[in-house]
Amino acid sequence: MPISIADVHHIASLARLGLSDARAAAMAAELNGIVVHLDALANVDTAGVEEAIGVGARGAPVRTDNGPPIPLERAIDAFAPNLRDGFFLVPRLASHESADEA
Amino acid sequence: MTGAALEQLLVDWEMVVGLEVHVQLKTRTKVFCPCSAEFGAAPNSNTCPVCLALPGALPVLNAKAVELATRAALALECTVQPVSIFARKNYFYPDSPKGYQISQFDKPLATDGRVMIGSRADRSPIRIGVTRVHIEEDAGKSVHDRYAGATAIDLNRAGTPLIEIVSEPDLRTPEQAGAYLRVLKQILEYLEVSDVNMEQGSLRVDANVSARRRGETTLGAKTEVKNLNSFSGVERALEVEFTRQVGVLRVGGTVLQETMLWDATTGEVRPSRAKEGSHDYRYFPEPDLPPLILSLAWIAKMQHDLPELPAARRARFATDYALGPYDVDVLTANPRVAEYFESVARTYGDAKVAANWVMGDVLAQLRASGADISTFRVRPADLAQLLDLVSGGVVSRTAARQVFGRMVVTGDPPGQIAEREGLLQVDDDAQLLAWIEHVVEEMPAEAERFRAGESRLQGVLIGAVMKHSGGRADPRKVAQLLVAQLRA
Amino acid sequence: MNIASPSAASLRDESCEGTRAPSDTARNALAHATAVGAGPDGLNIFVAIDEEELDAHAKQATEQRSDTTPGLLMGVPVALKDNLATMTLPTTCGSRILAGYVSPYEATVVRRLREAGAMPFGKTNMDEFAMGSSTEHSAYGPTRNPLATDRVPGGSSGGSAAAVAAGIVPIALGSETGGSVRQPAAFCGIVGVKPTYGRVSRFGLVAFASSLDQVGVFGATVDDAARGLRVIAGRDWRDSTCADVAVPDYHLAGASPVQGMVIGRPKEYFPASLDPRIRARCDAALDHLRSLGAIIRDVSLPHTDLAVPAYYVIAPAEASSNLARFDGVRYGMRVEGDGLRAMYDATRSQGFGDEVTRRILLGTWVLSAGYHEAYYRQAQRVRTLIAADFSAVFASGVHLLFTPTAPSTAFPLGAKQEPYDMYLSDIFTVTANLAGVPAMSQPIGRVDGLPVGGQLIAPHFDEMAMFTAAYALEKALGAEART
Repeated sequence: MPISIADVHHIASLARLGLSDARAAAMAAELNGIVVHLDALANVDTAGVEEAIGVGARGAPVRTDNGPPIPLERAIDAFAPNLRDGFFLVPRLASHESADEA
Repeated sequence: MTGAALEQLLVDWEMVVGLEVHVQLKTRTKVFCPCSAEFGAAPNSNTCPVCLALPGALPVLNAKAVELATRAALALECTVQPVSIFARKNYFYPDSPKGYQISQFDKPLATDGRVMIGSRADRSPIRIGVTRVHIEEDAGKSVHDRYAGATAIDLNRAGTPLIEIVSEPDLRTPEQAGAYLRVLKQILEYLEVSDVNMEQGSLRVDANVSARRRGETTLGAKTEVKNLNSFSGVERALEVEFTRQVGVLRVGGTVLQETMLWDATTGEVRPSRAKEGSHDYRYFPEPDLPPLILSLAWIAKMQHDLPELPAARRARFATDYALGPYDVDVLTANPRVAEYFESVARTYGDAKVAANWVMGDVLAQLRASGADISTFRVRPADLAQLLDLVSGGVVSRTAARQVFGRMVVTGDPPGQIAEREGLLQVDDDAQLLAWIEHVVEEMPAEAERFRAGESRLQGVLIGAVMKHSGGRADPRKVAQLLVAQLRA
Repeated sequence: MNIASPSAASLRDESCEGTRAPSDTARNALAHATAVGAGPDGLNIFVAIDEEELDAHAKQATEQRSDTTPGLLMGVPVALKDNLATMTLPTTCGSRILAGYVSPYEATVVRRLREAGAMPFGKTNMDEFAMGSSTEHSAYGPTRNPLATDRVPGGSSGGSAAAVAAGIVPIALGSETGGSVRQPAAFCGIVGVKPTYGRVSRFGLVAFASSLDQVGVFGATVDDAARGLRVIAGRDWRDSTCADVAVPDYHLAGASPVQGMVIGRPKEYFPASLDPRIRARCDAALDHLRSLGAIIRDVSLPHTDLAVPAYYVIAPAEASSNLARFDGVRYGMRVEGDGLRAMYDATRSQGFGDEVTRRILLGTWVLSAGYHEAYYRQAQRVRTLIAADFSAVFASGVHLLFTPTAPSTAFPLGAKQEPYDMYLSDIFTVTANLAGVPAMSQPIGRVDGLPVGGQLIAPHFDEMAMFTAAYALEKALGAEART
């Protein structure tokens, strides 16, 4: 199943990676070079095999509904790229704009 | 669009609605980190490495969130799964700090429940299926109108626990949708798992709506209506969207599967600008959280510990207290009111009298002040005591109202107030006769007509005496004395 | 170039006795690091060192002298891979997108090191976000192999491996997702341990692929690595996948005999195509173990050849999600654009390098509608089969497995241009990550002067057996391990 340049643009869009056409073309070629090896998986008979979820896990541990919070040893303004009045600022979105438009 | 017009449409067309309800759980801390889940703090002050999604931070599940979610699921008669799986829902939005939301996808906490929302005209019960209940985390808040050219992000809410309750597409009218939401809200209030306040966002509703011709068995293309901000808004939005869809279908058009936004001010739905198919959430099991494993014994204990739910309480109130359906509904609407009533009724002994007081004076006071009954100053035992004073002839019914008014303000016991304010019932003949004399002087014509045999004027005269006595006169005794004085 | 550091045990003992000042140890290590880093051919091991902070750590370590039981690593400098959260030094994962980012909290493993008296010593270079097998894919440029400076140190924890191989520190922490500790350990001629998944807290380890990631330990010797792991292992409530399993004293594992241990030689790890000189080194090591009384048995792990394809579906899938948080909103680099979408696109495409971009795209693709079932879910089923291979062989009475760590010795810088060629250097290591079992690499000799690593693989949480064999083998090989 070769990955087309259009596919690369689509997944790059899902992943919020701005790619030029040239870079997308190069990525398509490289990804196809990888995916051809992944196709070996398709030939494995996995009928009745469970998917691996939580390798070696015994179930999620839970914590009690108590603090204290995990402390921040440095205030947010020490690392936030654009902070105002305690808010992180990003370019303006319309109030009903959803994730898909963002 | 009037109700009649909708009735008309529903003759040939069927409305098919399923609701997705998000409910914020009442925990002290967030679902995956020990930050406070309280509202109202300064922006981004209730945050930590986990809910800021700092590099290297990991989620740890809050046991209380699991407990509250399980209680809700059991109350909705769901099967709680011994193993459920957290999953990542991947999407970019600035108030979703990790770039994914931790939710549950193909193995939710609970499945296959139901909510009974009353009965049809033919008395058959209306059962709305609950497809699933799952746990997830809330997003932060985006503030769009505070800074020019910028959206401001506050992550205090990010990571507070939610459950999503997904109904089957079993709802057929806007009224049913409204009833479903009211019943759901009431159940959740009884469980004390959430504040369930739509205005404050602790209960949020999205609706999946489709229309089909009567008799068709396949589902039509559905739209998802969002931005619903009140129960009545849900009902209106469903009506408007259904009407729109029928309008499209009637002329042979196709309903596009899209997201619609309800505008409560204009009463319109309009398509959101989101491109369909552009969202591909790429769900996969959350590798940072092992499966949630609940023992059958624990689930059974949760079931056992469930409080009495609204339906059971209504049935019990009707039987135990011999109350009519209207009284039962009013008294059980709010679980704390129901408990208040029950406490008064048990202490006092006469449920009907207790019911009248709670439904009348108590609820009126609460409505007037907007306060919750849990902070109401008249405690059930004090109200019962007041009723005892009335039935024991210590204060009159009229005076009792005044005493009650003082109790609401001061919280003092009724006997004390009655004494302090001189509201104890007076049955001393001399005093009563003095009051009667005063009234006879003031109302000679009425007194004369009563003396002449016009018995229906007795009520007027007693009322005047009561008023003159400041409610203190014993009305039975006044009646006797009136007869003795004027007709002897 | 290759001056061995004093061992962790001797540093600790001398620091306790007061015959060696931790501040001197720190200063010597710093001088050594500066010397090997200098010049155009410098090794480029460290991306951040702070002399003042090191002084503070030395002071803290010295204070432990008055404790009744000073920490196991008192006065021992330990280098840290740049994907472990530290509160003074930046944590950048070798990426532009985190340039200058200083974590406001500390990784659990770093805290445990400090509590044990260790001196966190600088952050080491790595492949960006741990994606790579050569430490060439770093925003800071490649690290060179201290044993052959025209060659790679392996990766992705190449900086940490080089720090130990160059003799700057006896212990360094790295991280593993598909072999990122064992393979560089093999390439640099040192010991590298990947513990059982869940043995060590991941809190503060910047995630690459959460279901595979584990903090690992480099040691100049088996004992150095054993002490390092002893200190960082154990339950941490901040990591839900960190197991509540008692942590034994790994540094005492050498006291147990190898006599009677059954060691499996899985045929899939010795294919006909394997470099015969590497095979010969492995078989020589097995001969040593046999002569110590171990029973060597031929075994099979039939799904081994599917491990690399399964890994290159699962790891990128998780990475595509884990790296979504680097969006320019809350921390790290932001490239402004016209609107939010443009800001996201520009920040992420300029912030991530090519290999990371490639893997995010691959991971997004295998999770996307239409491919999810064929790739992601199928890979998770294959992962179950791979884990079942290990369970079956360990259930059959085999205590440990022995294999080569990598199919080759350290390759020249720039030699692997095709992504999948690079991926195949993980061929013998990814299996343990997929199955979650512990594994380690230790030097077993050289080919053309370049180190060869031998790998031991143990059942879940049986690192003790692995260390017992490793101590014995190290002792039996003696100088042969470095010739």
